[in-house]
Amino acid sequence: MTAQVVVIDYGMSNLASLARSLEKCGASPLFSSDPKEILEASKIILPGVGSFAEGMANLSKLGLVSPLRDIASGKTIPILGICLGMQLLASTGSEGYEVEGLNLIPGKVIKLESHNDQDKIPHVGWNNIEIKQDDPILAEIPDNTDFYFVHSYYFQPTSEDTIIATTPHCGNFASVIRLNNIYGTQFHPEKSSQPGLKLLSNFLNL
Amino acid sequence: MLKTRIIPTILWKNENIVKGIGFDSWRRIGTLLPAVKVYNLRQVDELIILDIQATEEGRLPNLGTISDITKECFVPLTIGGGIRTASDVKDILRVGADKICLNTTSYTNPSIVSDIAYMYGSQCVVASIDAKLVGSEYYCYSHNGTVNTGRTVRNWAKELEKLGAGEIIITSIEKDGTMQGYDLDLISLVSTTVKIPVIASGGAGKYEDMYQAIKKGNASAVAASSMFNFTEATPHAAREYLRSKHIPVRKI
Repeated sequence: MTAQVVVIDYGMSNLASLARSLEKCGASPLFSSDPKEILEASKIILPGVGSFAEGMANLSKLGLVSPLRDIASGKTIPILGICLGMQLLASTGSEGYEVEGLNLIPGKVIKLESHNDQDKIPHVGWNNIEIKQDDPILAEIPDNTDFYFVHSYYFQPTSEDTIIATTPHCGNFASVIRLNNIYGTQFHPEKSSQPGLKLLSNFLNL
Repeated sequence: MLKTRIIPTILWKNENIVKGIGFDSWRRIGTLLPAVKVYNLRQVDELIILDIQATEEGRLPNLGTISDITKECFVPLTIGGGIRTASDVKDILRVGADKICLNTTSYTNPSIVSDIAYMYGSQCVVASIDAKLVGSEYYCYSHNGTVNTGRTVRNWAKELEKLGAGEIIITSIEKDGTMQGYDLDLISLVSTTVKIPVIASGGAGKYEDMYQAIKKGNASAVAASSMFNFTEATPHAAREYLRSKHIPVRKI
């Protein structure tokens, strides 16, 4: 079997729309929870909707935590975490109590805090990204492009250097992050129309 | 900043798109899949697709068709019609929809709203209210606007929010299909009653109507059907109009 794009299926996501988007970008993704298949992937996408603790519990139950850490430490296979998938890349998550994350990008996941009347939580809808660093994953995506968000928690990276873009809601939170070959987007590219498809195909072309 | 959304509503009947006036005299105006494809190409903010026969026929919208729709739709998609249980919702989400729209069932079984919110998150539940002014009070109607539920819009909107609805789409039955403008009093009644996003629906005929629904009605999103089907208006031009009036909209 040739190496391919693997989307991790750990029971935390509606995979249909991600499948459709990746197919639209010309990929034939494999949806898998098998560590062996994941270790052979050319690219990995970690999607997800739901709670941090449950997401980590499911990854552990499936024996996927070590394989993902091994792949990340190799620094060659690109990994993209989407929404909860991005948050799980963090060192810790906190939903009242602290839970260990995959710890692939140092940082913590905490609840959004409203700064004014405009700051609704959950943050649901189209909002723009403010690009802080040029990056191949944002190739041909202009500054201030809108993407589709649905979340109540956000990733606070330990190092500002890992922030590729932020979004102005509840202060400014990191909406695209990167460390080596590991990427995370807080928004859902698969629901973000043309710019979302562009971001996915940029990832597939890394 | 969060953007105000412009949402085409598609009424679906036997793979066709239909539109009536005042929830009556439905006429066929196109086929479903090509319309979804066009809206997707034009980068709409969201789509709401409602099967208007499903409740009456005691069935769900066709899952195969929804699956075909999601192959052409890369923006948030809301599906409504005939949903009665949380397991119905599971089936609809599994074929690629992002949200479901509840109307008739929410009156007979309000706990379904909280069940779905608990299982799939509030963001997944769009509660639909079809309303008519009776005397000096707005009342909620079920079964495609035919049955007065005896609930006032004021109380029911509050109840839906408490049950965990993520947003409310409020439709004026009398204005729907007339293209004479939204019922601004109705929209404003709902948006002052609840904190969750309110989608204005029923009556949009021109871009200015949308502006009024946002400015005077305080709507977070504006839905339209006839306007996009029977006039030259497009969601894209609506967006540009609203931008010129300083409403925050998506930049394409």
